[in-house]
Amino acid sequence: MTKPMATREGYGQALVELGRRNERVVVLDADLSKSTQTVRFAREFPERFFNAGVAEANLIGMAAGLAASGFIPFASTFAIFATQRAYNQIFQSVAYPGLNVKIAASHGGITVGEDGASHQAIDDLALMRALPGMTVLVPADAHEAYQATLAAAEWEGPVYIRLGRPTVPLITSPDKPFTIGRIQVLREGEDVTLAACGHMVKVALEAAEELKRKGYGAAVLNVSTLKPLDRETLLHWASRTGAVVTVEEHSIIGGLGSAVAEVLSEECPVPLIRLGVRDTFGQSGKPHELLHHYGLTAGNVVEAAEKIIKRKGGRNGQSDA
Amino acid sequence: MLLAKLNAPGEYRELERKAQLIRQHVIRMLMHAGSGHPGGSLSAVDILTALYFRVMRIDPENPQDPDRDRFILSKGHAAPALYAVLAERGFFPVSWLESLRRLGSPLQGHPDMRKVPGVEMSTGSLGQGLSVGVGMALAAKLRGSGCRVFVLLGDGECQEGQVWEAAMAAGHYRLNNLVAIVDRNRLQIDGETEKVMALEPLAAKWRAFNWSVIEIDGHNFEEIVPALERVGYAQKPTAIIAHTVKGKGVSFMENQVDWHGVAPKPEQGIQALKELGGR
Repeated sequence: MTKPMATREGYGQALVELGRRNERVVVLDADLSKSTQTVRFAREFPERFFNAGVAEANLIGMAAGLAASGFIPFASTFAIFATQRAYNQIFQSVAYPGLNVKIAASHGGITVGEDGASHQAIDDLALMRALPGMTVLVPADAHEAYQATLAAAEWEGPVYIRLGRPTVPLITSPDKPFTIGRIQVLREGEDVTLAACGHMVKVALEAAEELKRKGYGAAVLNVSTLKPLDRETLLHWASRTGAVVTVEEHSIIGGLGSAVAEVLSEECPVPLIRLGVRDTFGQSGKPHELLHHYGLTAGNVVEAAEKIIKRKGGRNGQSDA
Repeated sequence: MLLAKLNAPGEYRELERKAQLIRQHVIRMLMHAGSGHPGGSLSAVDILTALYFRVMRIDPENPQDPDRDRFILSKGHAAPALYAVLAERGFFPVSWLESLRRLGSPLQGHPDMRKVPGVEMSTGSLGQGLSVGVGMALAAKLRGSGCRVFVLLGDGECQEGQVWEAAMAAGHYRLNNLVAIVDRNRLQIDGETEKVMALEPLAAKWRAFNWSVIEIDGHNFEEIVPALERVGYAQKPTAIIAHTVKGKGVSFMENQVDWHGVAPKPEQGIQALKELGGR
């Protein structure tokens, strides 16, 4: 796994590994098994794979019944359908009883691309985060998606894993186990904190590199567990740098930006800029075109970082001395 | 029915007595709580009594036995009837019943599987129980367990699209260990089901989804018990359309749509208990 790969592929590979390790793991899909990559599990373990057809409400209900009977179901479809079409089912039949269902949804965010707004989940993280007891994971690359899937299987209780469609570069280590609830500090820096999740982690790293060339030190946080949020690490870097930029392939309402804002405004109010989709819908286009259109490139992050560093009163000069 | 004739006369008298006791509990609980759903609780009492006191393989001493039969009250608003049955069957003390709908009580307005021993699934938002039943039936097949899964649905509930998603899946997977019982009392909150959103031909709908369908009188144990015991014979899931009377057992509640979700006032409750042979 060295060449770029979609996070959904890491998920599909992890399912096969889980299938071998644990006979209680079962997988369900809603007619998108090739896209979500559950097809890999379906081929190896056909007796433990259940297709619900194009019926997301029933997909989640079946998963709940399997979980209530001691199995560890992974239910997959596109993020927009998993969360929006089955929201009340997830609330009533999964989250409220706290059943051990893993909802692994691919095609999160606008990088779904050409299919357009109807297939681009930009509020899935907000919806899942609002559910009491729901754990929300957003792996940054295929390695992390693989490890996050293994970790989710070990975790007792409902988990939402957001996966993506496009091939993305690998930035995390393949062998590093995923710790749910822990922010990964990918880079240290004293002037600004860039907190990102999913595909945007790579963008934040590129931005940090560019900021370095401009003489700024940027810390980069991979917030791959959106809930429960690692407040300690976030607060440490927020207070150390005094300025935060969040970057997410999601609406700025209810996702990473909101989660960070909630913690900072209560415990460490520092200037914050949230980059993401701004109260609007997605549209058709190539993924890189869409990221450009919605202001989610490394250049946009650099611009936001410079702006916020200025707002807080300049660089933390002493730290660079 | 042929099977019914094989049963000894008076065989179901004990069940009838038990059902009457359950109905008294339901009325008392609702009087205490001051809110709740009498109509759909009373229509379901005989079915629940047959399941828990005759048909289902369950053990209140060992409620987590992996091979136990499962019951899901998809029409979660009939919770008082389920609670009364579970208490009488020994899953928890009868004294809990008075706490229905009180702050901090395990007996929530709709069933919570994490709070009440014997409750297999948290329900309340209509249309979801059959999907969970499909999952449980699949799980039983995977484990090679002979346990059976019974799901009780309201008839109005069958207007939910998810019910038919689940019905399609159960037919597809040939889940002959799954039984859907429809409490066909013909009334829903806004009036008669056939006027609000017609369900008929209801039996034909289930048949079209590859279910084996039986229609019974949902208040006659001579029909209820044999129908419930028929599960597993066909290589299909079984739908039992149980024709019932909303508010069954209390004259002024029977077939009255306004008794869907209103608790009896004290004098009404006393009258109802008198009719049910209680105090």
